[in-house]
Amino acid sequence: MKSFGSYLIFLGTMFVRRENFSSYFKLVISECHSIGWNSLIIVAITSTFMGAVTTVQTAYNLVSPLIQNYVVAQVTREMVILELAPTITAIVIAGKVGSSMASGLGTMRISEQIDALEVMGINSISYLVLPKIIAAMLMYPLLVILAGFLSLYGGYLAGTITGIITETEYVYGIRVGFNPFTVSFALIKAVVFAFLISSISAYQGYYTTGGALEVGVSSTSAVTKSVIAVLLADYLLAELLLN
Amino acid sequence: MIEVKNISKTFNGTQVLHNISGKFERGKTNLIIGSSGTGKSVLLKCIVGLIIPEEGKVLYDGRKFLEADKEEKAQMRREIGMLFQGNALFDSKNIEQNVMFPLDLLTDMSKSEKADRVNNVLERVGLENVNKKMPSEISGGMKKRVGLARAIVNEINYLFCDEPNSGLDPRSSLLIDELIQEITHELNVTTIVVTHDMNSVMGIGEYIMYLANGRNVWEGNSDTIISADQEDLQDFIFASKFMKKLKKTL
Repeated sequence: MKSFGSYLIFLGTMFVRRENFSSYFKLVISECHSIGWNSLIIVAITSTFMGAVTTVQTAYNLVSPLIQNYVVAQVTREMVILELAPTITAIVIAGKVGSSMASGLGTMRISEQIDALEVMGINSISYLVLPKIIAAMLMYPLLVILAGFLSLYGGYLAGTITGIITETEYVYGIRVGFNPFTVSFALIKAVVFAFLISSISAYQGYYTTGGALEVGVSSTSAVTKSVIAVLLADYLLAELLLN
Repeated sequence: MIEVKNISKTFNGTQVLHNISGKFERGKTNLIIGSSGTGKSVLLKCIVGLIIPEEGKVLYDGRKFLEADKEEKAQMRREIGMLFQGNALFDSKNIEQNVMFPLDLLTDMSKSEKADRVNNVLERVGLENVNKKMPSEISGGMKKRVGLARAIVNEINYLFCDEPNSGLDPRSSLLIDELIQEITHELNVTTIVVTHDMNSVMGIGEYIMYLANGRNVWEGNSDTIISADQEDLQDFIFASKFMKKLKKTL
């Protein structure tokens, strides 16, 4: 509870004594590049394979003459949009971006760079953390959209190349009975997950004490706690928005 | 002038500072000295507000610092420059950007004004043609000078230096000490230096506060410290073989 309270105070401190808009703008753009652009390859690879594996495993489980082939694509679509693209990508991003945020801030803490900001009269939490959170909330939904498209494409490639499903069946399957709310749901999850990953990782890094060893501990802790928070939020959002 | 009154600080049940009081005058290089672990850096961090003491007051030219609200504290901090033990240069920024950083965030100066100011302070600390280098590309002594340039780039009234000589060779140490003293006199700022380097003590100690076990046990200057009668202080001063030899010749 004490840590949770401290986390809330940490979040509240971001919004007091902010610096001018232009300095934040530059930082947000730089963080967008770091969080979004630098994550493209890992997101592209994981999502393409995620879609491919989902298609193959769905087909493996749906071996019944009563189930038409296009259902494989339909199941792949639902799984990808509702769960895999936002959640699995969040776990990947927590590992890549979250650990990088925590170790970056942790290193700044132990090398007195954060103290230097404070001594200058700059709100270090606002200056260092707010741009990261804004950038994550802007870029992560875009990554989820990309992951969704690439997962469906990965499923298409795996399905058609191995002969599980024809091209026409796959395209029909991903279109039939499509509920646009699933995309909205995925994007809501993306924004919430981005906030959780960036804020928890930043919190872990910001309050690092000690030396290089503790930076590693903060980084690991950031990933662990972010992933747990993401999974918990995933369940709560499903209960709130789908039931 | 900075005045500290009855500063006490405890960490995990261990009292690190015991009722420390003292006055650090403007235009002088004020030194806080003592062996490792005596609370020098903790006292300095209490003075700049990075650590909040349980008891005591810190007055910046009569203005209460610890009791000030966040906005007032931020304003007062803008009059502060600090040279950190580990330099605290921003790894992702080059030398020019590091020195320009306080101007970027805290002033409305134009780009050319900021560039001129940065070049002036870099020149003042004896650094030229390093503007575009990264902190990782320069030596430890140069990093200290960049840290000092960043500390004075704004119009400051108070300069704090935490172990400015740590990790430097004797010649670089001397250069940093001289720079700190010259800048203190030139800008007429209140300077507080935390050190355990005896060369600094003898060279620039215009006011010296000696801490032992978290207590202020002696105050004086570089002229009076040699003749101080505290046994503990004498042990501190004449700890090295060189100083012991020197003592025999005195």
